[in-house]
Amino acid sequence: MQDSVQSENLEEIAKEVRKSIVKMTFEAKSGHPGGSLSATEILTYLYFRELNIDPANPNWPDRDRFVLSKGHATPALYSVLSMRGFFDSSLLQGFRKISSLLQGHVVNHVPGVDITAGSLGQGLSNAVGLALAARIDKKNYRVFAMIGDGESDEGSIWEAALSAAHLKLSNLIVFLDRNMIQLDGFTEEILTLGDLEAKLRSFGWRATTIDGHSFAEIRKAIEWAKDADRPTMIVARTVKGKGVKFMENNPEYHGKPAPNEEKLNEALRDIEGM
Amino acid sequence: MMMSTELNWLPDLINKIEKKSVREAYGSTLVSVGADKSVVVLDADLSTSTHTSMFQKKYPDRFFNVGISENNMMGVASGLSWTGKKVFVSSFAIFATGRAYDFVRQSVCYADSDVRIVATHAGLTVGEDGATHQMLEDIGLMTGLPRMRVLVPADAMETEQIVRYVYENRGPFYVRLSRERVPVVHEAETFKYGKAETIADGDDITIMATGILVSAAKIAASYLKQKGISARVLNVATIKPIDSDAIIKAARETGRILTAEEHSIYNGLGSRVSEVVTETYPVRVQRLGVRDTFGESGKSWQLMDKYGLNPMGIVNGVEEMMKVTI
Repeated sequence: MQDSVQSENLEEIAKEVRKSIVKMTFEAKSGHPGGSLSATEILTYLYFRELNIDPANPNWPDRDRFVLSKGHATPALYSVLSMRGFFDSSLLQGFRKISSLLQGHVVNHVPGVDITAGSLGQGLSNAVGLALAARIDKKNYRVFAMIGDGESDEGSIWEAALSAAHLKLSNLIVFLDRNMIQLDGFTEEILTLGDLEAKLRSFGWRATTIDGHSFAEIRKAIEWAKDADRPTMIVARTVKGKGVKFMENNPEYHGKPAPNEEKLNEALRDIEGM
Repeated sequence: MMMSTELNWLPDLINKIEKKSVREAYGSTLVSVGADKSVVVLDADLSTSTHTSMFQKKYPDRFFNVGISENNMMGVASGLSWTGKKVFVSSFAIFATGRAYDFVRQSVCYADSDVRIVATHAGLTVGEDGATHQMLEDIGLMTGLPRMRVLVPADAMETEQIVRYVYENRGPFYVRLSRERVPVVHEAETFKYGKAETIADGDDITIMATGILVSAAKIAASYLKQKGISARVLNVATIKPIDSDAIIKAARETGRILTAEEHSIYNGLGSRVSEVVTETYPVRVQRLGVRDTFGESGKSWQLMDKYGLNPMGIVNGVEEMMKVTI
């Protein structure tokens, strides 16, 4: 990892990521700001502090991997990737537009993206495959992934969870973005997920719950995962729409951008004042 | 001279024909390509049926049984492939293509992953297990996916060649195999990717068959010859990309085409052939297959007779088509 990145201020980067999320989705007149804003600190921390990667050599075989299983949080991931130097930020303006590189959901042809996702419940299985390959090849890279809480309605998440535990994939570290909201409303009203930490632990994972907006807690949880003998699930309590008052905890902004210029500016002011 | 009643598989015909297991051919070929350390094989609790267990025995460190979770299996396969593994996944056709369809679509095809799906137990010849396990729509599901190539070997020898072909080439591929031992068609290795193979030449009609029905087409053609009908027989082992040149040639030179497959008449070989014919050189095409119904329990060859997927069914189809003047 480049040392220059290590010294950058995470709070400032996260602010820029949030502004980019709000602007990209406004410009595209579509997209998913809510679950991107909830994931911002985790992605920022991973790409600017944790992942052993090289933007000049995105396919370096020994790199750490990251899988965005909740593949609609592209505004956050693409913003972070461009700020980290994987591609030029001018590409962000093409997000969700015809004939552009940056599709609505995450695709592996984008520099820095390891795994394609979008239809929910698939990325975690892909992450299991990546982590398993490291074991077969006796390599030391780690596989990080992020799944959504709404995404955890999908049965395949639990197939993958069984698989990772059975294989004792200690090189797999997963963040569960527990923002309590999915497209149609609040997760516990739609399909009770309950105590996800306990559920994952009973599946054979190491599991903990943290404040997903605290860089210190994210760092501590990753440190804690390092000596695990099994996969680690970090349930990250987050606020959907975090940083933009009218989007916060509002299911309406799962998949809807700021509706007009006035609201866009209000959102940007909110973020600046965080 | 052969009697037309002898053209049913049962009670005698099937016992007279030499048959070989395509699943064993798959398992043994996997073992041979497994010398390459980048080969990884996944199965979903059916390894002793699909015969990936043969690979497991030889290379236990590169075989993973993911349990009864076909969706997860496709995702894991994709993840493995993006580290440079040549991945084979196996299950029954019903689960590999039906249950796991969205995973095959996104994690394998849209992601363009280097994954080969080799499914066994396709079609009616699953037998006693019945309709829940008799996949008759898989060719349609898989040919509809961008990037997916679809291969259906006619016998054990062609299975070996096709498994080697998909090992040597980058995925995604779908290879369709039977549970039942399949009549031997080939004496030598003839498979050419993307090319229909001429099993018998003829100029009155072309029978285009795939998989387990290629041998039936061969038998039907020799019977028809005795009755003065000259039938060309093409073995279509590559359903996608389809051999358009062979189809157009058949349409021009024989004027009639009968397709034969152990699959629904919708979205299988018959549909692919019809598409090419209607777009380029319209002639009459008749499809022999399962006519928009589910299967049922029974012995494999009993079922094939009941649904008309036998030499007799092909002869009847040809004779009907020959009544129409062209």
